[in-house]
Amino acid sequence: MSAGASLPVARIEAAPPRRLGALAGLLLALVALALVPVLASAIGAPFLVVTATRILIFAIAALSLDLVLGYGAMVSFGHAAYVGLGAYAVAILSAHGIHDLLVQSAAAVAACALFALVTGAISLRTRGVYFIMITLAFGQMAFFFMVSLSAYGGDDGVSLDHRSRVLGARLIDGDVALFYLALGVLAVVFVALRLLVASRFGRVLRGIRENAVRMEAIGFPAFPYQLTAYAVAGAIAGLAGVLLANQAEFVSPAYMSWQRSGELIVMVVLGGMGTLVGAVAGAAALIAVEEGLAHFSEHWRLGLGLMLVLLVLLARGGIAGLTARLRGGRAP
Amino acid sequence: MLNLFLLQALNGLQLGILLFLVAAGLTLIFGVMDLINLAHGALYMVGAYLAATFTALTDSFLLGLALALPATLAVGLVLELLVFRHLYGRDHLEQVLATFGLILILNEGVRIVWGSAPMSVPVPEFLSGSVPLVGTLLYPAYRLAIIAAGLATALGLHLLVNHTRLGMLLRAGASNGPMVSALGVDIRRLFLAVFGLGAMLAGFAGAMVAPILSVDPGMGDSVLILTFVVIVIGGVGSVRGAFVAALLVGLADTLGRSFGPILLRSLMEPAAASQTGRTLAPMLIYILMAAVLFFRPAGLFPARGSR
Repeated sequence: MSAGASLPVARIEAAPPRRLGALAGLLLALVALALVPVLASAIGAPFLVVTATRILIFAIAALSLDLVLGYGAMVSFGHAAYVGLGAYAVAILSAHGIHDLLVQSAAAVAACALFALVTGAISLRTRGVYFIMITLAFGQMAFFFMVSLSAYGGDDGVSLDHRSRVLGARLIDGDVALFYLALGVLAVVFVALRLLVASRFGRVLRGIRENAVRMEAIGFPAFPYQLTAYAVAGAIAGLAGVLLANQAEFVSPAYMSWQRSGELIVMVVLGGMGTLVGAVAGAAALIAVEEGLAHFSEHWRLGLGLMLVLLVLLARGGIAGLTARLRGGRAP
Repeated sequence: MLNLFLLQALNGLQLGILLFLVAAGLTLIFGVMDLINLAHGALYMVGAYLAATFTALTDSFLLGLALALPATLAVGLVLELLVFRHLYGRDHLEQVLATFGLILILNEGVRIVWGSAPMSVPVPEFLSGSVPLVGTLLYPAYRLAIIAAGLATALGLHLLVNHTRLGMLLRAGASNGPMVSALGVDIRRLFLAVFGLGAMLAGFAGAMVAPILSVDPGMGDSVLILTFVVIVIGGVGSVRGAFVAALLVGLADTLGRSFGPILLRSLMEPAAASQTGRTLAPMLIYILMAAVLFFRPAGLFPARGSR
């Protein structure tokens, strides 16, 4: 397998040859992000750490959705349900006296993966519009389940007594510590997903995205691959939920409303689907725009809506597509 | 017990009829233009607000309704020309994104124009009483009027879709759009007509519920999701499917909420039954939808041929 071979096969690109460059870029980004709390306290705006933590948390959720949406071409409109389930894993376990972060995370991952396996197996029987709608329906089901669960706050949600403990220690009680935890989780998830999409599994998944019938014909049935990707994405979103619950010290069904799922889709598409960096950039852009516009006017949603409509009407392929076209390439 | 059942069945029927009015337009837009319009619920909301405003201005619900319908139609046509026209043939995901943005715009726009506080519309005087049905059972006249108006609209829509030239084009467009275009039909005009019709039906539904629900900026969102459930159960593009599914969803939701706990009580102890009932009832229609899609992945009455 030589690098420059021009064989007439469908181009599902191999792992990037610029691996060293990519690694260096990644490390650089990580260092830059790690400096955020330092800079925030230097300019006397420690609240920026909270916003930055939110960005990191939603970046994790957007990354997981990108695996489903960008690499698997499955438009899931119920992804916020997994974030919510992860958050409720924290709330419910700590209501019963289990405050350990690791136990809570394990429970969140297990619950989300199980929910994703069951609902994914049913959803993947459908295609196109029907898949969008059935994932929306499962998301709403989870939403209403939590609304009616009056033992854990029901519609009003439930406050946590305190943040999770790590082996009994109050490691993440501070906002800066939580920021670094979120950054660490994001880095691990990013690298893991990068390896996953470059692996054989990832290439099969992308092959199915391009042409499921052909992949089936050469011996790769779509269903097990898509279902696995769906469950992995659900589990990762659950981790984001664990962090979100700790950040807000409050959990409510609003985390899993369909508008939240829509926002996650916006993040992924805004950044450019099927590019992991894009998902992170999209999350950062959307939250920055939300908080920025909210600063100007209480009617910030109007501005966000206008941006979305104009983005779709004027620019195809999101931010990544825009930059790709500026460089003279083709939108992904 | 029987009276309660009749009462709840009528409530379910009324909810179903309203859902049908919104779903009929949406399923045609889906079926004919292959467009996912998340903003359809917002048109329902706009209809309700316009009806509330015109009713307050003219002091007459009927006049308000008569003015709200063309006004909603105008809003729908403007949106078609400005936004939706450019979304036909685009990727479903882009349509989701743009119409999601449109929801934000319309919800916030309504909040700017009318404020966040819910508005209320008085029930028109001549329909404010109750009508005796069987025995001692009374039912509000206005809700009966909604059912009657909805059934009349459904009948009109049935005649339009099955017995007119426009309806023929609609059905043809839903089953094979490119072929209709190739046969020389001005597809842009057809699309505009379908969109206008859908917008007006949604606005009509919104105007009709204005007197019995509070009119607030989030009202479109809740009905939108229910409408999606309806058209997916019914099969995208099928008006008949939307009618059957709307009644199914309306009845299942209403009866599930009132009789679920009662039925469960015969299976388990009362406290557990009422908790389980309250948990299951709002999930019932989503379970119904998942079950339908499990056995029939294209809904009950798929409009397109097997592809």
